[in-house]
Amino acid sequence: MIDLSLPLSADAVRQLHVGDPVRLSGVMLTGRDAAHKWMVETFIQKTRQPSGDDLEVEKAIRPLLEGGAIYHCGPVVSGLDTREYRFVAAGPTTSTREEPYQADVMRAFQVRGVIGKGGMGPKTLDGLGRCGAVYLHAIGGAAQVLANAIPRVETVFMLEEFGVPEALWVIHVERFPVVVSMDSHGGSLHEEVEDASRQRLAELLGIAR
Amino acid sequence: MIDLSERLLELIRLTSSDLPPDVEQALHRARSAEAEGSAASGALGAILENVAMAREKSSPICQDTGTPIFFVHYPAGWSTRRLRAQIREAVAEATRRSYLRPNAVDSISGKNSGDNLGDEAFPTIHFEEADGDALVVDLILKGGGCENVGAQYSLPDSRLGAGRDLEGVRRVVLDAVHRAQGKGCAPGVLGVAIGGDRGSSFAASKEVLLRPLDDSHPAPELAQLETRLLEEGNRLGIGPMGFGGDTTLLGVKATSLHRLPASFFVSVSYMCWAHRRRRMIVTGDDVRFDPPPTASTKAQGDRDD
Repeated sequence: MIDLSLPLSADAVRQLHVGDPVRLSGVMLTGRDAAHKWMVETFIQKTRQPSGDDLEVEKAIRPLLEGGAIYHCGPVVSGLDTREYRFVAAGPTTSTREEPYQADVMRAFQVRGVIGKGGMGPKTLDGLGRCGAVYLHAIGGAAQVLANAIPRVETVFMLEEFGVPEALWVIHVERFPVVVSMDSHGGSLHEEVEDASRQRLAELLGIAR
Repeated sequence: MIDLSERLLELIRLTSSDLPPDVEQALHRARSAEAEGSAASGALGAILENVAMAREKSSPICQDTGTPIFFVHYPAGWSTRRLRAQIREAVAEATRRSYLRPNAVDSISGKNSGDNLGDEAFPTIHFEEADGDALVVDLILKGGGCENVGAQYSLPDSRLGAGRDLEGVRRVVLDAVHRAQGKGCAPGVLGVAIGGDRGSSFAASKEVLLRPLDDSHPAPELAQLETRLLEEGNRLGIGPMGFGGDTTLLGVKATSLHRLPASFFVSVSYMCWAHRRRRMIVTGDDVRFDPPPTASTKAQGDRDD
């Protein structure tokens, strides 16, 4: 078990390899479909004009993302009325939907950790190598175990615009359990399993690969 | 007509937080089958720990509480409009209490409705009048991860060498399992519908997920197909979470529908390991849940919050 603190250093990330179990502590940010599209369109490709709180939010999240981690998660949150937010359930969402955006966001915001489930594709894998970053797989559906490792919600951005599951939640995590499934050295557990299972499918169907 | 909103709220709470025993047992068996110290075994260990925690805290097993899909079989005389209103009220209250995540997003504006109610179509409610005097409500909470890896094939499929027969069905279903790569949180359960039109086929592939894990299809060819697909799906070695391992599927349930001569659809609905389903049976003043709350489940209202 490797215990790591956020923000992550390039060295710490380069030492990680596929299969390593890791526990993260520190502050990180949730972000999924709406957030990635917003980040890329507003601040990277600049195909849309910043509006409302966009610039303030970007200013606030940049220091959190630098060396930090994005967690692909749409939590169940209580305390919405009183704003004493608490994560009631917080497992990962499927990461592959962010594939078009992830490498660009990592590079632009210097993100070192991407947390989700199901892995990501070749563009992200290449981005992990270039940026010195790592993909960390959280157990899908383990919403209570993971919420248990999130003792505090610091604040939230874009709640009104994106809604509870898609907002940018700033959370404090303690010994948050993940497994490295894509590393900064081109290693990907997902590619390995895909290759092996494709071979078995070909055998079961009696066709050439 | 009596007001079932409170009981429906309890149905939702149980479905969201208390995994049915047949699924939990299947997960235990799956863990025993994996190599000690493997990523697969670790994943199943975390899953089982999570199941216990959710029950203890009366909290969602998974944060994606999905689309609530209700199947209501009602005796003649009940008003489906009033039942719909009661179901919707229960869903909104369950969302306020954090048994459910607000999951209804307007597809045009992108706005989350906040209360888990969309137009008439969200939550999904199927009504069917039935014989007898019991009102039976089945609920499945079907999450987005597994929903996204569902697939519908049209036979013949030349890429897969699948003709219009059970061998063709077998080939496309194995292809669907392979494509999913454990996304949809393996190890899960497949619902397979053979025939129908595009809509009825997909709907049937979800309704079949209500079956108990350890039952057998009464038609021998479908029973054989289910057994074979379970065994072969697992031989792909995709494993829990797609980490590689022996258990990719906990079960396969199939059904068939009549079809047009021109069409031969095979619909595959994926249900994740968090196979949240529950039945409520109302007979007069008596209300029962099947399966009943698991021993260590907290009763409604006991949660520390």
